[in-house]
Amino acid sequence: MPNHSNEELVSQIESSNKRKYFLEKLSEKVFLFCSLLSVISLLLIIGFVFYKGTHPFFAEGYSFIEFIFGLDWVPSEDKFGILPMIVASIFATIGALIIGVPIGLFTAIFLAEIAPKSIARIISPAVQLLAGIPSVLYGVFGLAIIVPFLQNHLGLAKGQSLIAVILVLAIMMLPTIVTVAETSIRAVPKTYREGSLALGASPIGTIFKVVVPAAKSGIMAAIVLGLGRAIGETMAVILVAGNSLVLPTSLTDSIRPLTTNIALEMGYAFGTHQEMLFATGIVLFSFILILNLVLAKIGSKGGK
Amino acid sequence: MNTTKMDRNKGNEQQIQNKISVNDLNLFYGEKQALFSISIDIREKGVTALIGPSGCGKSTFLRTLNRMNDLIDGVKISGDIVIDNENIYRSNDVIKLRTKVGMVFQKPNLFPMSIYDNVAYGPRMQGIKSKKVLNQLVEDSLKSAAIWDEVKDRLKSSALGLSGGQQQRVCIARAIAMKPEVILMDEPTSALDPISTLKVEELIANMKKDYTIVIVTHNMQQAARVSDKTAFFLNGEIIEYANTETIFSMPKDQRTEDYVTGRFG
Repeated sequence: MPNHSNEELVSQIESSNKRKYFLEKLSEKVFLFCSLLSVISLLLIIGFVFYKGTHPFFAEGYSFIEFIFGLDWVPSEDKFGILPMIVASIFATIGALIIGVPIGLFTAIFLAEIAPKSIARIISPAVQLLAGIPSVLYGVFGLAIIVPFLQNHLGLAKGQSLIAVILVLAIMMLPTIVTVAETSIRAVPKTYREGSLALGASPIGTIFKVVVPAAKSGIMAAIVLGLGRAIGETMAVILVAGNSLVLPTSLTDSIRPLTTNIALEMGYAFGTHQEMLFATGIVLFSFILILNLVLAKIGSKGGK
Repeated sequence: MNTTKMDRNKGNEQQIQNKISVNDLNLFYGEKQALFSISIDIREKGVTALIGPSGCGKSTFLRTLNRMNDLIDGVKISGDIVIDNENIYRSNDVIKLRTKVGMVFQKPNLFPMSIYDNVAYGPRMQGIKSKKVLNQLVEDSLKSAAIWDEVKDRLKSSALGLSGGQQQRVCIARAIAMKPEVILMDEPTSALDPISTLKVEELIANMKKDYTIVIVTHNMQQAARVSDKTAFFLNGEIIEYANTETIFSMPKDQRTEDYVTGRFG
């Protein structure tokens, strides 16, 4: 039989436990609330953009098809066609990928597999610092160096062009691609490398036949993230794109991607014009959403 | 007189049959010496077991035989390792060495690709492209590793779907596909269950007529079961090297006896 003092102790412990459980529950709720904030923000932004952006098509009789495939964007004449911008965004992004992916990938492979520690210690932070540079500075750099260079060497009347955008975006996507790809390459078990080398494969052969394939999903993720960075970039692009409203047909054409269209005109737009800019945002958002779905798909494949 | 002469003849024969001769091998990890003046002759076509407590240098020694220690920064080596009359540290053709001296690791390390591609990997890296040749090579290798019947219907599926024991036997098949002369095994069964271990041991027993096998093992029964000769390592030195029977029944050195009777390690 437990005596009196023992019972007292038990009840004391019980009450202190109750307090603990309450604090546990409370802190769980605080964490939950904080994590919900980002979801709420996301929903609010999407809701707002979609509400404003879809209004002209549902309430004002504009055709969505004409909006997507229209060639002319003249708000004062009530013409809202964004095909040139969609094409510009896609071209700029693909072009940046063509240049940025190989360079980024080779950098990642070099850092993770080949570089002596002393060299990796210099390059790695440099690449990471590249990620921290504000995008407007990339634009300034592009405007001050790349644009005049193109102007002088390609004999362009105006250096602001698709190729200038591609070059700037390619540099901007490098840190994303390098960091993510490097991490995934480093995550490939050492035993794979040993196995391959022990079979008489050369180090470079090992990298391309075993290490890179094993890191494939991470590398794909790196590319998709770089893509997202490129397609959403606004500030640097405004400065080097030239922002002409034409369907780009050559690398030297001045272009206006979706992002810069919104940034350039939102300041003074009102009424339908403003809503059409939100609609442009929906198109941009759809691109990003598709990219994220692709990314999630890759991620789940990698987990297998 | 007669017997002496015969003994000497026998000795000469032994000399010819030596596949690997190691002479005064020292190995340093940076400042720390890991192997001390190792000298050992390893005979052709047979199983040589390296036993000893953890950290005694037996795996390190094994890895000097196909220069896998080259991958580690700061490793310095002195002394000679001669395989088939060729000093492997004088030649710079590591790739050729590793095609001749295959290796099976502690944990199965199949690549994340199909069983077929795993076995065909080495030959492909050597430039063999013919499908017919590769098919034959893969089949032969898997048969030699006694795993053909278990995987023949799923050659194109991922190798990582196999059980650990099966994976290890495919690893052995992968090594065999290179048509090596020496196969190094670094505790090949330490990650396997008893039944898989038994299968791998049977396989080793069958392979020794064709290959020179050097196996590192923690398991003394295993050494006793599979090997012809055994070297006992302690603190980076070879304490005793003799026929396996001798090592386990009447070792000369007290430390060997203590180890094989389970008094330490």
